[in-house]
Amino acid sequence: MAYILISPWIIGFLAFTFGPMLASLVLSFFRTDMLSAQWVGFANYVTLLSTDTTLSLFWKALYNTAYYVFLSIPLTMAAGFGVAVLLNEKISGRSVYRVIYYLPAIIPGIAVSLLWLWLFNPQFGLLNWFLSLVGLPGIRWLQDPHTAKLALVVMSIWGAGANMLIFLAGLQSIPTHLYEAATIDGAGAWRRFTHITLPMISPTLFFVLITDTIWSFQVFTNVYVMTNGGPAHSTLMYVLWLYLLAFRQYRFGFASALAWVFFIIIMALTALVFKSSGAWVYYETEIGGTRS
Amino acid sequence: MSEAVPMREGSQPGAFRWRQSKHAAIGIHVLLILGAVIVMIPLAWMLSTSLKPPDQVNKFPPIWIPTPFVWSNYVHALTIFPIPLWVFVKNSLFMSLAITVGTVMSNAIVAFAFARLRFPGSRVLFLIVLATMMLPGQVTMIPLFLLFSKIGWVNTYNPLIVPSFFGSAYFTFLLRQYYTTIPREMDDAARMDGCGTFGLFFRIIAPMSKPALGITAIFAFTWSWNEFLGPLIYLSKMESFPLALALSYLKGTYRVLWSELMVVSFIAMLPPLILFFVAQRSYIQGIVITGVKG
Repeated sequence: MAYILISPWIIGFLAFTFGPMLASLVLSFFRTDMLSAQWVGFANYVTLLSTDTTLSLFWKALYNTAYYVFLSIPLTMAAGFGVAVLLNEKISGRSVYRVIYYLPAIIPGIAVSLLWLWLFNPQFGLLNWFLSLVGLPGIRWLQDPHTAKLALVVMSIWGAGANMLIFLAGLQSIPTHLYEAATIDGAGAWRRFTHITLPMISPTLFFVLITDTIWSFQVFTNVYVMTNGGPAHSTLMYVLWLYLLAFRQYRFGFASALAWVFFIIIMALTALVFKSSGAWVYYETEIGGTRS
Repeated sequence: MSEAVPMREGSQPGAFRWRQSKHAAIGIHVLLILGAVIVMIPLAWMLSTSLKPPDQVNKFPPIWIPTPFVWSNYVHALTIFPIPLWVFVKNSLFMSLAITVGTVMSNAIVAFAFARLRFPGSRVLFLIVLATMMLPGQVTMIPLFLLFSKIGWVNTYNPLIVPSFFGSAYFTFLLRQYYTTIPREMDDAARMDGCGTFGLFFRIIAPMSKPALGITAIFAFTWSWNEFLGPLIYLSKMESFPLALALSYLKGTYRVLWSELMVVSFIAMLPPLILFFVAQRSYIQGIVITGVKG
């Protein structure tokens, strides 16, 4: 009976997840064009990892993606956490703030991208106007290879409110009596924050870190719409490159190798975060009712 | 919903006991308002641009309040494509609603089996569900494309809609988490009254899970409305584009008409925004249950 009920998922898993995963692994050992496929062993992987940029933009795309991920994640997490800590105080208008900060997460990525393309406009954009207000020269943002990735990071911070909700829920599940006891013991605000809030919230930080890392590595829509990887490949992100190879050049075999390397990188990073978690994530079985 | 995950609005002290002083509360508000303004400025700018006459769009320093308000931009935007805009809206609606139906139906049942029935292998299978939540879609993207093109599904909505009828890890997880908060005694009572497994699902679990099923529907609709990469891969005929895809086309093909672009962007974000405002509380609860942002 139970198997009948979960059969949609089993079929879906085999047909749309597990089967295609294996197929993509097999495909990665073929050289393909529109019409034919030819077994080439590990040649795709060798080409992929080549440092010759005429053969492979792998290192460039990986560098760009890592640059974006490793800058935007600490910043968005810090911003989201900061807002959550403020919202966790007993203040009026909390639900209004919560809605406003969460707004950017609901808007379609394509609309966000077009909006920011306009904000980043070097001649008429709002951002350069702000810079001019404080007497700074304008920046060419997305049109300059040196600042294009940074511009994408700036844009990602705007969406930091998405994390805020999760942090806020985590903060609210910290039992009050811990703070009361600490206060009686004479702990000041800062000590309460570092000795209660941070350890108690660390499982949430851990969870957000993992999901955000996986998610940010797949950055696509904004670079596809805003820069198409340019200028000078400075915003060529991994998934954008994969898309261009597969669906513009129809190099399915090579792109599959790319996809599997991507998969392995993400798994390795996730494993690394998991391994490190023993050192900084505090678990108390009783707490954390929002997570399981 | 509030039994599932209580979000306390009340009186717990935060890390800092700022509220003891009036000045501290003002300080918090100043910081929060500053942040809120930063979040709102781009959206205000979007609205402002959408209402500008052409000669006020490209101005530096920028003009914040258009004179006059050119409401006709909104009319013009409807006909800016070779195809009327409502066709894209209709496509988006059709696609998103079909995906929503598939997602709610399949996951409601699959999650029920995982939450309520004991069967050999259930733990392992559920672990697989959780693992696939972490799987980057790029690994399956190419073989799926080849499969769907082999059976002639390219340039149809099938590759986007059909998989939603076979469950998805995220929603199975969300619904299972909710189902497990319904007391088991309900099951026993229902069984005692002669309910079979189907009866248990349709008479007890599903009616009691309306809020969670509602969240599932809202999330499924919003995400498929906002979806970009899937339609980009599978749809190449403009008359079948959803709104998101049409928007990127507008940017690519024309000399960029910022006012009209902002109008269409604004229209594209209306349905998710309206859904969010209407169902705000359960929306937030849904994110809290799974811990995954929208």
